[in-house]
Amino acid sequence: MYSVNYHRATSVADAAKKIKAGDAKFLSGGMTLIPAMKTRLAAPSDLVDLSHIADLKGIKVSGKNVTIGAATTHFDVANDEKLKKVCPALSHLAGHIGDPAVRHRGTIGGSVANNDPAADYPSALLALGATIVTNKRQIAADKFFKGLFETTLKDDEIVTAVTFTAPAKSGYAKFPNPASRYAMTGVFVTKGKDGVRAAVTGAGDDGVFRSKEIEAALTKKFEPAALDGVSVPSKNLMGDIHATPEYRANLVVVMAKRAVAAANA
Amino acid sequence: MSEVSLVVNGRKVSGAVEDRTLLVHFLRENLGLTGTHVGCDTSQCGACVVHVDGKAMKSCTMLAVQASGSTITTIEGLANGADLHPVQAAFKEHHGLQCGFCTPGMIMTATDMIRRHPEGLDEIAVRAELEGNICRCTGYHNIVKAILAASKTMSKASKSKAKKAA
Repeated sequence: MYSVNYHRATSVADAAKKIKAGDAKFLSGGMTLIPAMKTRLAAPSDLVDLSHIADLKGIKVSGKNVTIGAATTHFDVANDEKLKKVCPALSHLAGHIGDPAVRHRGTIGGSVANNDPAADYPSALLALGATIVTNKRQIAADKFFKGLFETTLKDDEIVTAVTFTAPAKSGYAKFPNPASRYAMTGVFVTKGKDGVRAAVTGAGDDGVFRSKEIEAALTKKFEPAALDGVSVPSKNLMGDIHATPEYRANLVVVMAKRAVAAANA
Repeated sequence: MSEVSLVVNGRKVSGAVEDRTLLVHFLRENLGLTGTHVGCDTSQCGACVVHVDGKAMKSCTMLAVQASGSTITTIEGLANGADLHPVQAAFKEHHGLQCGFCTPGMIMTATDMIRRHPEGLDEIAVRAELEGNICRCTGYHNIVKAILAASKTMSKASKSKAKKAA
Protein backbone atom coordinates (compact mmCIF):
# COMPACT_ATOMS: atom_id res chain seq x y z
CA MET A 1 0.00 0.00 0.00
CA TYR A 2 1.23 3.49 -0.80
CA SER A 3 1.51 6.02 1.96
CA VAL A 4 -1.79 7.63 2.99
CA ASN A 5 -3.02 10.19 5.52
CA TYR A 6 -5.89 9.05 7.71
CA HIS A 7 -8.55 11.41 9.08
CA ARG A 8 -11.34 10.32 11.37
CA ALA A 9 -14.52 12.33 10.76
CA THR A 10 -16.64 13.16 13.79
CA SER A 11 -19.70 14.29 11.82
CA VAL A 12 -20.94 14.48 8.24
CA ALA A 13 -20.08 18.19 8.14
CA ASP A 14 -16.59 17.41 9.44
CA ALA A 15 -16.16 14.72 6.75
CA ALA A 16 -17.29 17.16 4.05
CA LYS A 17 -14.58 19.56 5.21
CA LYS A 18 -11.84 16.92 5.48
CA ILE A 19 -12.46 15.46 2.01
CA LYS A 20 -11.04 18.62 0.47
CA ALA A 21 -7.47 17.53 1.36
CA GLY A 22 -5.47 16.35 -1.69
CA ASP A 23 -6.80 13.35 -3.58
CA ALA A 24 -8.93 12.16 -0.68
CA LYS A 25 -11.43 9.32 -0.57
CA PHE A 26 -14.15 8.43 1.89
CA LEU A 27 -13.58 5.23 3.86
CA SER A 28 -16.47 3.32 5.39
CA GLY A 29 -16.11 -0.39 6.19
CA GLY A 30 -13.17 -0.54 3.80
CA MET A 31 -13.98 -4.04 2.59
CA THR A 32 -13.33 -2.98 -1.01
CA LEU A 33 -11.20 0.13 -0.65
CA ILE A 34 -8.52 -1.34 1.64
CA PRO A 35 -7.94 -4.41 -0.60
CA ALA A 36 -7.83 -2.08 -3.64
CA MET A 37 -5.23 0.07 -1.88
CA LYS A 38 -3.18 -2.98 -0.87
CA THR A 39 -2.95 -4.04 -4.50
CA ARG A 40 -2.33 -0.39 -5.48
CA LEU A 41 -5.41 -0.31 -7.70
CA ALA A 42 -6.42 2.67 -5.59
CA ALA A 43 -3.94 5.16 -4.16
CA PRO A 44 -5.74 8.06 -2.48
CA SER A 45 -3.52 10.60 -0.72
CA ASP A 46 -5.97 10.88 2.17
CA LEU A 47 -8.73 8.79 3.73
CA VAL A 48 -11.69 10.30 5.55
CA ASP A 49 -13.15 7.63 7.85
CA LEU A 50 -16.95 7.82 8.08
CA SER A 51 -17.40 4.72 10.20
CA HIS A 52 -17.25 6.49 13.57
CA ILE A 53 -20.09 8.92 12.82
CA ALA A 54 -22.94 7.76 15.07
CA ASP A 55 -25.61 9.62 13.04
CA LEU A 56 -24.89 7.41 10.03
CA LYS A 57 -25.68 4.17 11.85
CA GLY A 58 -28.95 2.40 12.49
CA ILE A 59 -32.20 1.22 10.95
CA LYS A 60 -35.57 2.92 11.36
CA VAL A 61 -38.77 1.17 10.36
CA SER A 62 -42.03 3.07 10.59
CA GLY A 63 -44.93 1.17 9.09
CA LYS A 64 -43.63 0.23 5.65
CA ASN A 65 -41.11 3.07 5.51
CA VAL A 66 -37.52 2.02 6.02
CA THR A 67 -34.45 4.21 6.54
CA ILE A 68 -31.04 2.60 6.81
CA GLY A 69 -28.09 4.75 7.86
CA ALA A 70 -25.19 4.60 5.41
CA ALA A 71 -22.69 3.28 7.98
CA THR A 72 -24.97 0.41 9.03
CA THR A 73 -23.12 -2.88 8.61
CA HIS A 74 -24.36 -5.82 6.55
CA PHE A 75 -24.52 -7.77 9.82
CA ASP A 76 -26.91 -5.22 11.33
CA VAL A 77 -29.09 -5.13 8.20
CA ALA A 78 -29.23 -8.94 8.21
CA ASN A 79 -30.25 -9.15 11.87
CA ASP A 80 -32.63 -6.23 12.43
CA GLU A 81 -35.89 -7.77 13.63
CA LYS A 82 -38.14 -4.93 12.42
CA LEU A 83 -36.58 -4.93 8.96
CA LYS A 84 -36.88 -8.73 8.78
CA LYS A 85 -40.64 -8.34 9.26
CA VAL A 86 -41.25 -5.72 6.55
CA CYS A 87 -38.60 -6.67 3.99
CA PRO A 88 -37.07 -10.10 4.72
CA ALA A 89 -35.51 -10.22 1.23
CA LEU A 90 -33.16 -7.36 2.08
CA SER A 91 -32.14 -9.02 5.37
CA HIS A 92 -31.54 -12.25 3.48
CA LEU A 93 -29.41 -10.44 0.90
CA ALA A 94 -27.32 -8.70 3.59
CA GLY A 95 -26.79 -12.01 5.39
CA HIS A 96 -25.25 -13.51 2.28
CA ILE A 97 -22.71 -10.82 1.41
CA GLY A 98 -19.12 -12.04 1.71
CA ASP A 99 -18.53 -13.83 5.01
CA PRO A 100 -19.29 -13.09 8.70
CA ALA A 101 -16.12 -11.02 9.22
CA VAL A 102 -16.84 -8.95 6.11
CA ARG A 103 -20.46 -8.44 7.21
CA HIS A 104 -19.24 -7.12 10.57
CA ARG A 105 -17.43 -4.26 8.84
CA GLY A 106 -18.86 -3.68 5.36
CA THR A 107 -21.60 -1.05 5.14
CA ILE A 108 -24.60 -0.42 2.90
CA GLY A 109 -23.47 3.14 2.12
CA GLY A 110 -20.02 1.98 1.12
CA SER A 111 -21.39 -0.76 -1.11
CA VAL A 112 -23.83 1.57 -2.81
CA ALA A 113 -21.28 4.36 -3.35
CA ASN A 114 -18.76 1.88 -4.75
CA ASN A 115 -21.33 0.29 -7.11
CA ASP A 116 -19.34 -2.85 -7.85
CA PRO A 117 -21.05 -4.50 -10.84
CA ALA A 118 -21.24 -7.77 -8.87
CA ALA A 119 -22.30 -6.29 -5.50
CA ASP A 120 -25.65 -7.35 -4.06
CA TYR A 121 -27.12 -4.11 -2.71
CA PRO A 122 -27.42 -2.15 -6.00
CA SER A 123 -29.93 -4.71 -7.33
CA ALA A 124 -32.00 -4.44 -4.14
CA LEU A 125 -32.10 -0.65 -4.17
CA LEU A 126 -33.01 -0.53 -7.85
CA ALA A 127 -35.78 -3.13 -7.47
CA LEU A 128 -37.10 -1.49 -4.31
CA GLY A 129 -37.19 1.90 -6.05
CA ALA A 130 -35.14 3.18 -3.12
CA THR A 131 -33.88 6.70 -2.61
CA ILE A 132 -30.23 7.36 -1.85
CA VAL A 133 -29.90 10.26 0.58
CA THR A 134 -26.69 12.29 0.57
CA ASN A 135 -25.48 15.35 2.46
CA LYS A 136 -26.62 17.42 -0.54
CA ARG A 137 -29.73 15.85 -2.05
CA GLN A 138 -31.94 12.79 -2.52
CA ILE A 139 -31.34 10.62 -5.57
CA ALA A 140 -33.70 7.96 -6.93
CA ALA A 141 -31.95 4.60 -7.39
CA ASP A 142 -33.08 4.70 -11.06
CA LYS A 143 -30.84 7.73 -11.56
CA PHE A 144 -28.08 6.85 -9.09
CA PHE A 145 -26.31 3.82 -10.61
CA LYS A 146 -24.42 4.86 -13.73
CA GLY A 147 -22.15 2.03 -14.81
CA LEU A 148 -19.20 -0.02 -13.58
CA PHE A 149 -18.17 1.50 -10.23
CA GLU A 150 -19.91 4.70 -11.33
CA THR A 151 -22.68 6.64 -9.67
CA THR A 152 -24.04 10.18 -9.88
CA LEU A 153 -22.24 11.03 -6.63
CA LYS A 154 -19.90 14.01 -6.72
CA ASP A 155 -16.40 13.48 -5.30
CA ASP A 156 -17.21 15.36 -2.12
CA GLU A 157 -20.73 13.99 -1.70
CA ILE A 158 -21.50 11.63 1.18
CA VAL A 159 -24.21 8.97 1.18
CA THR A 160 -25.94 9.36 4.53
CA ALA A 161 -28.83 6.89 4.23
CA VAL A 162 -31.02 4.85 1.94
CA THR A 163 -34.78 4.93 2.23
CA PHE A 164 -37.58 2.91 0.67
CA THR A 165 -41.14 1.80 1.14
CA ALA A 166 -41.25 -1.94 1.68
CA PRO A 167 -43.22 -3.60 -1.12
CA ALA A 168 -45.88 -6.26 -0.50
CA LYS A 169 -43.51 -8.90 -1.83
CA SER A 170 -39.80 -9.10 -2.48
CA GLY A 171 -37.22 -11.81 -3.05
CA TYR A 172 -33.54 -12.14 -3.90
CA ALA A 173 -31.55 -15.02 -5.35
CA LYS A 174 -27.96 -15.08 -6.49
CA PHE A 175 -25.61 -17.51 -8.13
CA PRO A 176 -22.37 -16.86 -6.30
CA ASN A 177 -19.09 -17.26 -8.07
CA PRO A 178 -17.65 -20.46 -6.53
CA ALA A 179 -14.34 -18.75 -5.70
CA SER A 180 -15.07 -15.12 -4.87
CA ARG A 181 -18.72 -15.60 -3.83
CA TYR A 182 -19.59 -12.36 -5.60
CA ALA A 183 -22.83 -12.59 -7.57
CA MET A 184 -22.22 -14.06 -11.02
CA THR A 185 -25.86 -13.17 -11.44
CA GLY A 186 -28.23 -11.97 -8.75
CA VAL A 187 -31.85 -10.95 -9.23
CA PHE A 188 -33.98 -8.92 -6.82
CA VAL A 189 -37.71 -8.88 -7.57
CA THR A 190 -40.41 -6.78 -5.95
CA LYS A 191 -44.16 -6.51 -6.28
CA GLY A 192 -45.57 -3.34 -4.83
CA LYS A 193 -48.22 -0.74 -5.54
CA ASP A 194 -46.21 0.53 -8.52
CA GLY A 195 -46.08 -2.92 -10.08
CA VAL A 196 -43.28 -5.41 -10.55
CA ARG A 197 -39.61 -4.51 -10.66
CA ALA A 198 -36.72 -6.89 -11.30
CA ALA A 199 -33.11 -5.74 -11.03
CA VAL A 200 -30.09 -7.78 -12.04
CA THR A 201 -26.57 -7.55 -10.63
CA GLY A 202 -23.38 -9.38 -11.60
CA ALA A 203 -24.45 -9.88 -15.20
CA GLY A 204 -24.65 -6.51 -16.93
CA ASP A 205 -21.76 -5.19 -18.99
CA ASP A 206 -22.58 -1.79 -17.59
CA GLY A 207 -23.49 -2.75 -14.03
CA VAL A 208 -26.87 -3.23 -12.40
CA PHE A 209 -29.97 -2.99 -14.65
CA ARG A 210 -33.71 -3.70 -14.72
CA SER A 211 -34.83 -6.56 -16.94
CA LYS A 212 -37.81 -5.62 -19.13
CA GLU A 213 -38.40 -9.24 -20.10
CA ILE A 214 -38.57 -10.50 -16.51
CA GLU A 215 -40.75 -7.58 -15.40
CA ALA A 216 -43.20 -8.07 -18.30
CA ALA A 217 -43.60 -11.78 -17.59
CA LEU A 218 -43.99 -11.30 -13.84
CA THR A 219 -46.50 -8.48 -14.31
CA LYS A 220 -48.83 -10.99 -15.97
CA LYS A 221 -48.39 -13.43 -13.12
CA PHE A 222 -46.05 -13.17 -10.15
CA GLU A 223 -45.13 -16.86 -10.17
CA PRO A 224 -41.95 -18.77 -11.14
CA ALA A 225 -43.94 -20.56 -13.89
CA ALA A 226 -44.60 -17.20 -15.56
CA LEU A 227 -40.91 -17.18 -16.51
CA ASP A 228 -41.01 -20.53 -18.33
CA GLY A 229 -39.81 -19.96 -21.85
CA VAL A 230 -38.85 -16.34 -21.19
CA SER A 231 -35.47 -15.44 -22.59
CA VAL A 232 -33.29 -12.47 -21.78
CA PRO A 233 -31.01 -11.12 -24.54
CA SER A 234 -27.32 -11.83 -23.94
CA LYS A 235 -26.34 -8.63 -25.70
CA ASN A 236 -24.85 -6.18 -23.15
CA LEU A 237 -24.21 -8.97 -20.64
CA MET A 238 -20.76 -9.69 -19.20
CA GLY A 239 -18.57 -12.44 -20.58
CA ASP A 240 -15.44 -13.57 -18.72
CA ILE A 241 -13.56 -16.72 -17.73
CA HIS A 242 -16.37 -17.62 -15.35
CA ALA A 243 -19.35 -17.44 -17.71
CA THR A 244 -20.33 -16.38 -21.21
CA PRO A 245 -23.00 -13.71 -21.81
CA GLU A 246 -25.37 -16.51 -22.93
CA TYR A 247 -24.80 -18.44 -19.70
CA ARG A 248 -25.49 -15.30 -17.67
CA ALA A 249 -28.65 -14.61 -19.72
CA ASN A 250 -29.93 -18.02 -18.70
CA LEU A 251 -28.91 -17.42 -15.09
CA VAL A 252 -30.98 -14.22 -15.02
CA VAL A 253 -34.14 -16.25 -15.71
CA VAL A 254 -33.20 -19.02 -13.27
CA MET A 255 -32.33 -16.59 -10.47
CA ALA A 256 -35.50 -14.59 -11.16
CA LYS A 257 -37.56 -17.77 -10.74
CA ARG A 258 -35.87 -18.51 -7.42
CA ALA A 259 -36.31 -14.91 -6.30
CA VAL A 260 -40.06 -15.02 -7.07
CA ALA A 261 -40.40 -18.34 -5.27
CA ALA A 262 -38.69 -16.76 -2.24
CA ALA A 263 -40.93 -13.68 -2.48
CA ASN A 264 -44.07 -15.84 -2.50
CA ALA A 265 -42.90 -18.16 0.28
CA MET B 1 2.17 8.94 11.36
CA SER B 2 -0.61 8.55 13.89
CA GLU B 3 -0.81 7.50 17.49
CA VAL B 4 -2.79 4.29 17.90
CA SER B 5 -4.23 3.31 21.29
CA LEU B 6 -5.91 -0.03 21.81
CA VAL B 7 -6.79 -2.47 24.52
CA VAL B 8 -5.37 -5.78 23.33
CA ASN B 9 -6.12 -8.91 25.36
CA GLY B 10 -6.94 -6.74 28.35
CA ARG B 11 -3.75 -4.69 28.18
CA LYS B 12 -3.63 -1.00 27.18
CA VAL B 13 -1.17 -0.51 24.34
CA SER B 14 -0.23 2.38 22.12
CA GLY B 15 2.29 3.21 19.48
CA ALA B 16 3.06 5.60 16.65
CA VAL B 17 2.50 3.98 13.27
CA GLU B 18 2.36 5.00 9.64
CA ASP B 19 -1.29 5.51 8.69
CA ARG B 20 -1.05 2.73 6.09
CA THR B 21 -0.08 0.13 8.73
CA LEU B 22 -2.58 -2.73 8.75
CA LEU B 23 -3.95 -3.85 12.09
CA VAL B 24 -2.46 -7.32 11.60
CA HIS B 25 1.02 -5.85 11.16
CA PHE B 26 0.60 -3.66 14.23
CA LEU B 27 -0.35 -6.75 16.25
CA ARG B 28 2.45 -8.89 14.91
CA GLU B 29 5.31 -6.44 14.54
CA ASN B 30 4.68 -3.77 17.15
CA LEU B 31 3.15 -5.97 19.83
CA GLY B 32 4.86 -9.26 18.95
CA LEU B 33 1.51 -11.09 18.90
CA THR B 34 2.41 -13.42 16.05
CA GLY B 35 -0.46 -15.83 16.67
CA THR B 36 -2.55 -13.79 14.24
CA HIS B 37 -1.43 -14.86 10.78
CA VAL B 38 -1.32 -13.33 7.32
CA GLY B 39 -2.42 -16.00 4.87
CA CYS B 40 -3.75 -14.67 1.60
CA ASP B 41 -3.46 -10.91 2.19
CA THR B 42 -6.57 -10.52 -0.02
CA SER B 43 -9.29 -10.75 2.67
CA GLN B 44 -10.32 -14.26 1.71
CA CYS B 45 -8.56 -16.79 3.94
CA GLY B 46 -9.42 -15.60 7.45
CA ALA B 47 -6.07 -16.52 9.06
CA CYS B 48 -5.94 -12.94 10.39
CA VAL B 49 -9.34 -12.92 12.13
CA VAL B 50 -9.36 -11.17 15.51
CA HIS B 51 -12.21 -9.75 17.59
CA VAL B 52 -12.61 -5.98 17.39
CA ASP B 53 -15.02 -4.75 20.06
CA GLY B 54 -16.27 -8.32 20.36
CA LYS B 55 -16.86 -9.00 16.67
CA ALA B 56 -14.80 -11.17 14.31
CA MET B 57 -13.00 -9.07 11.72
CA LYS B 58 -10.17 -9.53 9.27
CA SER B 59 -7.19 -7.64 10.66
CA CYS B 60 -5.48 -7.64 7.25
CA THR B 61 -8.31 -5.53 5.84
CA MET B 62 -8.28 -2.82 8.42
CA LEU B 63 -5.81 -0.06 9.21
CA ALA B 64 -4.44 0.06 12.73
CA VAL B 65 -5.58 3.71 12.94
CA GLN B 66 -9.13 2.69 12.02
CA ALA B 67 -9.14 0.40 15.06
CA SER B 68 -7.71 3.00 17.43
CA GLY B 69 -9.86 3.21 20.56
CA SER B 70 -11.12 -0.36 20.15
CA THR B 71 -10.81 -3.41 22.35
CA ILE B 72 -9.14 -6.31 20.59
CA THR B 73 -8.89 -9.98 21.41
CA THR B 74 -6.37 -12.15 19.58
CA ILE B 75 -5.74 -15.88 19.83
CA GLU B 76 -3.22 -15.13 22.60
CA GLY B 77 -6.00 -13.64 24.72
CA LEU B 78 -8.43 -16.56 24.70
CA ALA B 79 -6.97 -19.00 27.20
CA ASN B 80 -7.35 -18.41 30.91
CA GLY B 81 -3.77 -18.87 32.08
CA ALA B 82 -2.89 -22.53 31.54
CA ASP B 83 -6.54 -23.46 30.89
CA LEU B 84 -7.39 -23.57 27.21
CA HIS B 85 -10.55 -21.83 26.02
CA PRO B 86 -13.27 -24.45 25.30
CA VAL B 87 -12.88 -23.85 21.54
CA GLN B 88 -9.10 -24.36 21.77
CA ALA B 89 -9.65 -27.50 23.85
CA ALA B 90 -12.16 -28.83 21.31
CA PHE B 91 -9.75 -28.23 18.41
CA LYS B 92 -7.13 -30.20 20.34
CA GLU B 93 -9.54 -32.99 21.32
CA HIS B 94 -11.01 -33.41 17.81
CA HIS B 95 -7.75 -32.71 15.98
CA GLY B 96 -9.26 -29.76 14.12
CA LEU B 97 -5.98 -28.91 12.44
CA GLN B 98 -3.07 -30.31 10.52
CA CYS B 99 -0.41 -27.72 9.73
CA GLY B 100 -2.03 -25.22 12.10
CA PHE B 101 -1.57 -22.10 10.01
CA CYS B 102 -5.29 -21.33 9.68
CA THR B 103 -6.06 -22.40 13.25
CA PRO B 104 -5.87 -19.03 15.04
CA GLY B 105 -8.31 -17.53 12.55
CA MET B 106 -10.54 -20.60 12.68
CA ILE B 107 -10.70 -20.44 16.48
CA MET B 108 -11.42 -16.70 16.56
CA THR B 109 -14.17 -17.18 13.94
CA ALA B 110 -15.55 -20.17 15.86
CA THR B 111 -15.76 -18.32 19.19
CA ASP B 112 -17.56 -15.43 17.48
CA MET B 113 -19.94 -17.86 15.74
CA ILE B 114 -20.75 -19.68 18.99
CA ARG B 115 -21.37 -16.36 20.77
CA ARG B 116 -23.88 -15.36 18.06
CA HIS B 117 -25.67 -18.72 18.20
CA PRO B 118 -26.43 -19.39 21.86
CA GLU B 119 -29.32 -21.59 20.70
CA GLY B 120 -26.73 -24.04 19.29
CA LEU B 121 -25.31 -24.87 15.88
CA ASP B 122 -25.65 -27.65 13.34
CA GLU B 123 -23.22 -28.77 10.67
CA ILE B 124 -24.85 -26.73 7.89
CA ALA B 125 -24.72 -23.55 9.96
CA VAL B 126 -21.08 -24.12 10.95
CA ARG B 127 -20.01 -24.71 7.35
CA ALA B 128 -21.88 -21.60 6.17
CA GLU B 129 -20.31 -19.54 8.96
CA LEU B 130 -16.84 -20.75 7.92
CA GLU B 131 -17.30 -19.11 4.50
CA GLY B 132 -14.48 -16.67 5.21
CA ASN B 133 -11.90 -19.10 6.61
CA ILE B 134 -9.86 -21.31 4.34
CA CYS B 135 -8.03 -24.47 5.43
CA ARG B 136 -5.86 -26.16 2.85
CA CYS B 137 -5.13 -29.31 4.91
CA THR B 138 -8.05 -30.78 6.76
CA GLY B 139 -11.01 -30.76 4.41
CA TYR B 140 -12.80 -29.03 7.32
CA HIS B 141 -14.34 -32.21 8.79
CA ASN B 142 -12.57 -32.11 12.14
CA ILE B 143 -12.82 -28.32 12.32
CA VAL B 144 -16.60 -28.60 12.04
CA LYS B 145 -16.63 -31.42 14.62
CA ALA B 146 -14.54 -29.35 17.03
CA ILE B 147 -16.78 -26.28 16.68
CA LEU B 148 -19.95 -28.34 17.23
CA ALA B 149 -18.42 -29.93 20.32
CA ALA B 150 -17.27 -26.57 21.69
CA SER B 151 -20.70 -25.07 21.08
CA LYS B 152 -22.28 -27.85 23.17
CA THR B 153 -19.72 -27.53 25.97
CA MET B 154 -20.16 -23.77 26.11
CA SER B 155 -23.96 -23.83 26.12
CA LYS B 156 -23.88 -26.41 28.95
CA ALA B 157 -21.44 -24.23 30.88
CA SER B 158 -23.58 -21.11 30.44
CA LYS B 159 -26.72 -23.02 31.48
CA SER B 160 -25.12 -24.32 34.66
CA LYS B 161 -23.83 -20.83 35.38
CA ALA B 162 -27.36 -19.48 34.95
CA LYS B 163 -28.64 -22.16 37.30
CA LYS B 164 -26.07 -21.27 39.93
CA ALA B 165 -26.98 -17.59 39.59
CA ALA B 166 -30.65 -18.47 40.07
